Amino acid sequence: MALLIKNAIIVNADKVEKNPQDILIEKGIIEKIAPAIKDTGAKVIDAAGKMVLPGFIDLHVHLREPGSEDKETIESGSKAAAKGGFTTICCMPNTKPVLDNAMVVEAVRKESERVGLVNVLVIGAITRGQKGEELVDMFELKEAGCIALSDDGYSVNNAQLLRLALEYSKMTGQVIIEHCQDPQLFAKGVMNEGLTSTKLGLKGDPGISETVIIARDIEIANYLNARIHFAHVSLKRSLELIRQAKKERIKVTCEVTPHHFSLTEDEMKSFNTNAKVNPPLRSKEDIDAIKKALKDGTIDCIATDHAPHTVEEKEQDLDHAPYGMIGLETAFGLAVSELVETGILSWADLAEKMSSGPANILGLSKKGAIKEGFDADLVIVDPKAQWIVKEEEFASKSRNTPFVGKKLVGRVEKTINAGKVVF
Amino acid sequence: MSQWTKHDLLDLEDLSKDELELILTTAKSFREVSSRDVKKVPALRGKTVVMLFFEPSTRTRISFELAAKRLSADTLNVAASSSSLSKGETILDTAKNIEAMNVDAIIVRHSCAGIPKVLADNLGPSIINAGDGCRAHPTQALLDIFTMKDKKGRIEGLNVGIVGDILHSRVARCNITALNKLGANVTVCGPSTLMPVGVEKLGVQVSYDVDDVISKSDCLMLLRIQKERQEDKFLPSIREYAKKFGINKERLKKAKKDLLIMHPGPTNRGVELTADVADGEQSVILEQVTNGIAVRMAVLFLLLGTKEE
Repeated sequence: MALLIKNAIIVNADKVEKNPQDILIEKGIIEKIAPAIKDTGAKVIDAAGKMVLPGFIDLHVHLREPGSEDKETIESGSKAAAKGGFTTICCMPNTKPVLDNAMVVEAVRKESERVGLVNVLVIGAITRGQKGEELVDMFELKEAGCIALSDDGYSVNNAQLLRLALEYSKMTGQVIIEHCQDPQLFAKGVMNEGLTSTKLGLKGDPGISETVIIARDIEIANYLNARIHFAHVSLKRSLELIRQAKKERIKVTCEVTPHHFSLTEDEMKSFNTNAKVNPPLRSKEDIDAIKKALKDGTIDCIATDHAPHTVEEKEQDLDHAPYGMIGLETAFGLAVSELVETGILSWADLAEKMSSGPANILGLSKKGAIKEGFDADLVIVDPKAQWIVKEEEFASKSRNTPFVGKKLVGRVEKTINAGKVVF
Repeated sequence: MSQWTKHDLLDLEDLSKDELELILTTAKSFREVSSRDVKKVPALRGKTVVMLFFEPSTRTRISFELAAKRLSADTLNVAASSSSLSKGETILDTAKNIEAMNVDAIIVRHSCAGIPKVLADNLGPSIINAGDGCRAHPTQALLDIFTMKDKKGRIEGLNVGIVGDILHSRVARCNITALNKLGANVTVCGPSTLMPVGVEKLGVQVSYDVDDVISKSDCLMLLRIQKERQEDKFLPSIREYAKKFGINKERLKKAKKDLLIMHPGPTNRGVELTADVADGEQSVILEQVTNGIAVRMAVLFLLLGTKEE
């Protein structure tokens, strides 16, 4: 059945429509955008007073299935995504087993189609078992639907292997996503290294664990004229390196998570394991640099690194509790509260960082914008609604977030994927 | 002198100068108990004190146990595994089970910073930190300071050198905090790879020249070089450490006559200090151990005893 969204203030990365428009959707495609489209017998949604953005696209989600269904499943993660305004999510391969062959990738795809809420794009591993020893069959994974590959959780530590992956990806067209972290320098740090970690007596991660890999990878990408995407960049210095690389037209892109632009290392003073995340929360100076880099385009997109963990696991001490926090359902509210309300990004900029930016990185030509002929992936938001993050309201199976109790501005009202209301 | 109002002892950072002085004064009055023929006072009769140690310890545990017993409290030892999740039970589960048995204080040691605070935030009994990771070990610092004050008659203006692995030392952190509050001048000394980031912002002097530190100090506190940490290669070798930072008779020639040699134990003889220094007349290492009981009695008494009087 056709769907007609009436009186929509349409926000695209290139433009915010001044006057309300109607959007007619047929067979999952945006058929027509015009003022006052005549009722065609379509189901009508009135979006008066609301904004309509292209559905959000998240490059970085951990769905935990197969293997850790107590933390999240493809179904619960899809529900959380829809609730957060995401219509396309990319799931990371660090499941059990690792998503490093066509069979498991197809199983994930099948299950996500059965759930049928949002588009789940599978990111395959770069190396077999994410062990950093040998490349996966990249063409096989490409044919199974992996448009990107990552060993997320680990860097490809062997620089020669990364070189080979980047060279091979020129044939397959897959995006290589690097989790930038030298494991020896990182040394299982539980928070940012500095005066605060010294005072708290917690193991610190010196940011150079991230920057040395970014610098290395920029050099390799430059040498090969290959493209690479950096996951969850967290430091001012990393952004300086990426900014310079972009200036030199080296093909690098990067993402930042909402928690890295919202919270500082001071969160650790309460010893809250829900604030233990990898890379760790950094300093105020880094947050300022991230905001500047979002504004000037050094950062291409926002990605959540949604990382569900059970309460039991997070109730361990800080050395043993796993890294990560959930993010799908708070991302939009945090982006509006921290970036739009503060004047750092315009609404159009936000649509770029959450929709068209990730679509461009992945080469999704029919997503990331509200235009005639594009996929009807949309999110209707109330830009001024205030709400409080509540533990009991998450659609995700997990609750591991330090944002519980936080007041946010901007709320997702409805999510439409391929013309179907999914939230 | 201030009244005691705190419910827990987690870190000396939480205490005022007056509160620190109150513990030291109280400890002084309790020290005499341990030298009596009948080493017991009824101050905490009917109270239950549980020692919940997630990390092995001999001397701290024994010291706390004797302190509690000399105050007539009932004591219980629980040796827990820091990875008890493998058994399906979290730290909080374990601690809540102990709480459910109506105990008055839980003395906790854990290999990771923050666990005593997490327990204090979630439980009713008084929590006493007996060492959490690299963060704090308040009763150790208190007994160190008690010993200094006992010997020197003051803390204010004393030059205290802390020598060794500052990076991993909760004893160093805790002493720095308290000594600063009480007006001592602290110098930390050790290999640069064993200095924590930002150490100079903790209100201390940093030195890599142990001879210089020896010559200027009134008290020299040596920290244990943990051989097991050598796997992480923070040092070229223990041998080189002993040569460059180990305290021996020769080095002490430049020291003030009344320099105090201190060590929280257990000592590595031949590494941090030679045997003749450990047993020499400037050493107060065993007096620290004796004073530890008095200080822990004071802490237990202040936390558990005063409210009902």
